[in-house]
Amino acid sequence: MTRDEIFEKVQGVLVEALGVDDDEVTPDASLAADLGAESIDFLDIVFQLEQAFGFKIQQGELFPENVTQDPEFVQEGKVTAKGIAALKERLPHINFASLEADPQISRVAKVFTVDALVNFCERKLAAA
Amino acid sequence: MRWMWIDRVVELVPRERLVAVKNISLAEDHLHDHFPEVRDGAGVLVRAALPVMPGSLIIEGMAQTAGILVGHAEGFREKVILAKVTRATLDRDAGPGMTLRYTATLVQQSPQGASTNGLVELLDHAAPDAGWAEIGRVDLMFSHLDQNMAGMEFPEHNFVFSESFRTLLRTSGIPCEF
Repeated sequence: MTRDEIFEKVQGVLVEALGVDDDEVTPDASLAADLGAESIDFLDIVFQLEQAFGFKIQQGELFPENVTQDPEFVQEGKVTAKGIAALKERLPHINFASLEADPQISRVAKVFTVDALVNFCERKLAAA
Repeated sequence: MRWMWIDRVVELVPRERLVAVKNISLAEDHLHDHFPEVRDGAGVLVRAALPVMPGSLIIEGMAQTAGILVGHAEGFREKVILAKVTRATLDRDAGPGMTLRYTATLVQQSPQGASTNGLVELLDHAAPDAGWAEIGRVDLMFSHLDQNMAGMEFPEHNFVFSESFRTLLRTSGIPCEF
């Protein structure tokens, strides 16, 4: 499956899960900030990606868990270097450059972009 | 007593499907407000009363049906909360003396929650030969409250599957040991 084909499937999943128009689903769009995803939508996206691509996604594999609650990873409203390192190790499909430049906790959600989902699916399919 | 919007579970295939029925009665107060007759300032009837089951309560009926299916899959240990109405379409009114049938099908389940598809059918007892007619679809998502991504903590007691649910299960012949 080509990257364009993966993008089209991801786009279809997001249109269905978030009720957005397909032209809003651009590679740089953030799921929460641009497409309005709320917490339960992330589980919906996981379920729909599993159905669309036929692979299984483990808990914490696509989106992080318990990182922002760990006092070692978040201090004074900012993600620590250790926290960013942990995120990068657990979630290699996500580009954390913008968070490294400005590690405020409020900016964590912005790194979850459409492109990150495409990266994730591409890696999962390649590993299958 | 919690507001229950299903009367009986009539079929349960664990982790797969649950079917429940709801008899609509004119004794239910909400039917008198939904919708009452309308008269103009001179007292002339503008519109006769039209008692119909509110669509929001039909969705709640499906949520209770599907919620039991999802809860049963994990022995009612999880606090199963309706988190998202993925899709809801209702094409026909349901009025007093009619029976609704909800069929919930489990689509996916994980430690964090579940998604279900739902079929809503109607039996009009004035036209029994017509049988069950599909009147809508209600697809839902449920969250297991204690597994929420925010890490929030809730009371240990399972306040979702309360005495009303246990009574419903018992009177439907479903073993209930929680």
